[in-house]
Amino acid sequence: MKTTIITLFSILLSLAGSARAAEEPIPSVDEIVNKANIMAYYQGQDGKSKVSMKITDKNDNVRTREFIILRKNEEKGGDQKYFVYFLQPPDVRKMVFMVHKHVAADRDDDRWLYLPSLDLVNRIAASDKRTSFVGSDFLYEDVSGRSLDEDTHELIDTTEDLFVVKNVPKKPETVEFAYFNVAIDRKTYMPMKMEYFDKDNKLYRVIESKKVEPIKAKEGEQEVEYPTVTESVVKDLRTGSTTEMTFSKVQYNIGIKDDIFTERYLRRPPREAMR
Amino acid sequence: MIGKVRFGEGLLICMCFAVLFAVPVLAAEQEEGVKKAGPSFWDQFGPLDIHGFYEVRGGYRLQNDRYEKDMSVMETRLQLELSTYNDWADFKYKGDVYGDLAQEEGFYETRETWMFIRPTDYMDVKIGRQILTWGTGDLLFINDLFPKDWQSFFIGRDAEYLKAPSDAAKVSLFSDLANLDIVYTPQFDSDRYITGEYISYWNAALGRTAGQDAKVHTDKPDQWFHDDEIALRLYKNINNNEFAIYGYRGFWKSPAGMNAAGKAIFPDLSVYGASVRGNVGKGIGHAEIGYYQSRDDEGGKNPMINNSEMRYLVGYKQDIGTDFTAGVQYYVEQLLQYDQYKKNPGSVRDEYRHVVTLRLTKLLMNQNLTLSFFGYYSPSDKDAYLRPHVQYKASDNLALEMGSNIFFGDYPNTFFGQFRDNTNLYTAVRYSF
Repeated sequence: MKTTIITLFSILLSLAGSARAAEEPIPSVDEIVNKANIMAYYQGQDGKSKVSMKITDKNDNVRTREFIILRKNEEKGGDQKYFVYFLQPPDVRKMVFMVHKHVAADRDDDRWLYLPSLDLVNRIAASDKRTSFVGSDFLYEDVSGRSLDEDTHELIDTTEDLFVVKNVPKKPETVEFAYFNVAIDRKTYMPMKMEYFDKDNKLYRVIESKKVEPIKAKEGEQEVEYPTVTESVVKDLRTGSTTEMTFSKVQYNIGIKDDIFTERYLRRPPREAMR
Repeated sequence: MIGKVRFGEGLLICMCFAVLFAVPVLAAEQEEGVKKAGPSFWDQFGPLDIHGFYEVRGGYRLQNDRYEKDMSVMETRLQLELSTYNDWADFKYKGDVYGDLAQEEGFYETRETWMFIRPTDYMDVKIGRQILTWGTGDLLFINDLFPKDWQSFFIGRDAEYLKAPSDAAKVSLFSDLANLDIVYTPQFDSDRYITGEYISYWNAALGRTAGQDAKVHTDKPDQWFHDDEIALRLYKNINNNEFAIYGYRGFWKSPAGMNAAGKAIFPDLSVYGASVRGNVGKGIGHAEIGYYQSRDDEGGKNPMINNSEMRYLVGYKQDIGTDFTAGVQYYVEQLLQYDQYKKNPGSVRDEYRHVVTLRLTKLLMNQNLTLSFFGYYSPSDKDAYLRPHVQYKASDNLALEMGSNIFFGDYPNTFFGQFRDNTNLYTAVRYSF
């Protein structure tokens, strides 16, 4: 009898526990999008990864891109610096693309491209962030993030695992979408799926996180694990083109120096960027 | 610097390439044995990275040129690039072999062979044959006095070939205050100027257009460590506005005078200049200035040597649509001591030469198709040079291109007008690996 009561009690307790998880107060939409933004683009102080892209068009023609990307945060959720060293295909090999990302609404990013065969440091106009990144179906904004201030955010659905946030641009004339919905993992706050809709409410573009892996890193002396998207896919439903992006050799908090993101290293990349 | 190659030499070069390929293979094969015998010389190096391309390029003049062949370019080219590194340095070799049907000869050229070291936190050093570029102009150069290959540019070789290599040492020093680049070239590296070999030109001595019948003969300064060049750039980035000041001491890079023997010469030249580049509105703006001090004729009295000049440039570019960029530049060359110059018999230049450039670049088909246009137009010389170009990347390795070099001019002796019989159309296929 006593055992039964204890068992019953513990069942009740666990039920209460799970009920509490479901009824946990839902954070504000601002908190959700802020956390998701940091998960997707700002984990650690800095990071390094090798990226492979496979672009498949509607006729099954395949193109590949391979590069090493270094990232450093100026401030969590704020400005960032990116350094991209191309490995493939042969005609862009050893080119370097560098970005100083600015989140302030009135300031465009600064972008440079270095062409080694001409020893030329080119400055690139960067007013349009919704253009293809290296000919793939990913856009510049997908790679380096879209400023949260550019959209209004509304929590439109909450499931057992996901928050679904609808994002409507404040300046619709500057973008090709009418709105996009992001499904965010409730536990990790990782954006798992992004769906872009046009003016006729028609879905035309989907980005999905296909694989999330815990990556070990150090925060000072402390061992931590950062959940990291290591495989993501974007489908352009209008053109029938798909790009798969795979991240390997992911590292965080490796102490990337600030001056890596200057002309010196643009002209001659640091060793950690090349291999 | 481009070696002509006869059959025997060609074979030798092929063998050199074979040896270069074989070395790492042999090294790998020997590895087993070497492990027992102790570390080999090759063990210190990282894996050898081998890349390059094979290309066929052909082009024709679109009109008859009395002094040149109809064929403007006709060549097959193999470029090999080898790079490796050890604990303290990076190494690179890049060389081209090509058969040139327009000249009916084979050529070999080392484009790059250098070693790069980063000896301290505040210093980079690159020694050897290398391509060098600085300054802000787009296909207009004021403070970039590194050698250009105008011949390749005009006949429609890849843009990479506009830059000729320098045999030089580049030392770069970095500090919070500013950064300094010093480039020392122990033996003068001139431009690859128009000689009449590929491109017909205005020959002032003959008073007419000339080409293969009157190739330019030069008396070029070539003494090591005496006929040397030094170029400096002091630069700083302030809030992503890039400021630079420049200095150069050497020679006019293309012939700029005539000696008593009637040979074209490269008189002494110093250049002092400055530039700035940064975000302006929705795009990128740049401005550059340079004072060309013709040291052998500062007073402008010698009619056989170029006068000093001031050169000015402003430019702006921005996105004007999806994957569509436009850039404009305004450039002025001011001839100094113009009154003296004007006294010379046969003086034809205006005091000011104005040039406007326009660049349009549009990417299509997932950025695999590039349509581009670059045009120079001079309202003062009444001439123009247009460069339309189309490139299609059929795969990650294979690219097809077609382009044209179009020259207009009201007069036969202006900067671009003199080349009007060289207007050409070319096409190329390149396989990169």
